[in-house]
Amino acid sequence: MIEWVGVIVQGTLLGGLYALFAAGLSLIFGVMRLVNIAHGDLIVLAAYLGLSTTMMLDVHPFVALIVVMPLMAGIGYALQRGVLNQTLGPDILPPLLVTFGLSVILQNALLEGYTADPQKLNGGAIETASLSAGGLAVGVLPLLTFVVAVAMIACLQWIFYKTSLGRGFRAVSDNQDIAQIMGLNKAHVFGLAMALALAVTAIAGILLGMRTSFDPAIGGGRLIFGFEAVIIGGLGSLWGTLAGGVILGVAQTIGAKIDPGWQLLAGHIAFLVVLAVRPNGLFPRVEH
Amino acid sequence: MPDLLTLHALDAHYGDFQALFGIDMTLADGEVIAIIGANGAGKTTMLRSISGLLRNRADQIVYRGQPIGALRADRVAHLGIALVPEGRQLFPSLSVEENLLLGGKVGRPGPWSMEKVFGLFPILEERRRQASTSLSGGQQQMVAIGRALMANPDFVMFDEVSLGLAPVVIKSIYDALPDIVGEGMTAMIVEQDISKALSVSSRVYCLQEGRVSLEGRTKDVTHDQITQAYFGVAA
Ligand SMILES: Nc1ncnc2c1ncn2[C@@H]1O[C@H](COP(=O)(O)OP(=O)(O)O)[C@@H](O)[C@H]1O
Ligand SMILES: [Mg+2]
Repeated sequence: MIEWVGVIVQGTLLGGLYALFAAGLSLIFGVMRLVNIAHGDLIVLAAYLGLSTTMMLDVHPFVALIVVMPLMAGIGYALQRGVLNQTLGPDILPPLLVTFGLSVILQNALLEGYTADPQKLNGGAIETASLSAGGLAVGVLPLLTFVVAVAMIACLQWIFYKTSLGRGFRAVSDNQDIAQIMGLNKAHVFGLAMALALAVTAIAGILLGMRTSFDPAIGGGRLIFGFEAVIIGGLGSLWGTLAGGVILGVAQTIGAKIDPGWQLLAGHIAFLVVLAVRPNGLFPRVEH
Repeated sequence: MPDLLTLHALDAHYGDFQALFGIDMTLADGEVIAIIGANGAGKTTMLRSISGLLRNRADQIVYRGQPIGALRADRVAHLGIALVPEGRQLFPSLSVEENLLLGGKVGRPGPWSMEKVFGLFPILEERRRQASTSLSGGQQQMVAIGRALMANPDFVMFDEVSLGLAPVVIKSIYDALPDIVGEGMTAMIVEQDISKALSVSSRVYCLQEGRVSLEGRTKDVTHDQITQAYFGVAA
């Protein structure tokens, strides 16, 4: 029994990481209806930038975030204004094709720059530390990841619904033309949204890199997990995205518990079941 | 009075379709003019051109001596040009208050503030936290007008504010107009309802199939002239 409680707890904490993968995707889709195929590779890019920073400055991966977060945000803004804005329009195909191309370019660039050897961020003692209570042992790093995910979602929720920036995001998402005649430059607003999304991605990438080893090819898998978490939770709902991440994480850990080979399959099955029962996800955005 | 806005042979196209043909128009500072014309005449297209949603050659639209025809809509907004769009077009995911705040985003100084808008339309203060979509049509129109005023514009364009509203609601909105333009604003009132538009304006332009078919002082134009210009047939 306690064994299964442990599985559920671990799955929930894993879900925090998936929610971090998903939050940026969800935000970008919510603001500009862009499905970013390169999102997973951007997470991996953040992990590599973290690697370079930790090595060059000889700092802990968490400290590296001080460099990687603004760097990723800057890359996001430049990418949006320089490339992605030009692909947005009534046709949804161009952004899909361009971000797919970007995904390929990123993977190859990382391969050139860092080789295909698996790398890992060295988090030190925190990686193995664990807390135990009532026969249940919980890793400190997974717990921290989950807490960060909840804090991140709460922060994004606050930005979206309580700040002038978030009001601009919602207005542009509702009606680009009218937002523009209210004095908002949508190209800039989209740039800020991508910057924010990639700042979150930086955190996701660092936490991922401390948890497991990574190589330039793993982006696609992270994209799928993030994508599934967004769809399970319901498009446009940030707390839904967290719930989606948790459901995916729990399904995967249960699957892995039954048979290690079933981890990914169990996640995909949970995704398909939710999609079949609730095609709009569990918490779709309600217009209010 | 100096010219505030001038249109020089303004054309507009939607793909291969030409919607406006060489529109010439002049607005003096502080003037209220009416634009009338049948459905599809090109009124909304003209307002979209002025507000920058449709881009033109720079010199086709001149505002305070500055060519603005090629400017992006957000740049035009910062110059003090506001639009109350046809069909209200509030932001559905923003509350009443947030819609108004967004209107104030350009941050121009002037007499209009949230309090002043609530003074003009008190019902909006009661509904300030509500979703804009939960309001009646007339109340939504008040939000749309308030949202435009929040920018403290020098020039406002009203696109068919009476469309789809009950006569009593239309009356209350038009009763508020003198308070609005009394602040020295220049206004362009677009309507299909001719009598309403004429009652508040000093000059009128009639559009017909993308061209100006009549131009004159409101008190000089005759009923027959308007019918002729509006429908393109002798009455
Ligand atoms: N987005 C559009 N695409 C193509 N044609 C349009 C579009 N909007 C308006 N039109 C056409 O342009 C002409 C003028 O329309 P509009 O400016 O909306 O007229 P009005 O506001 O006077 O009713 C009409 O023939 C209309 O069908
Ligand atoms: Mg119209």
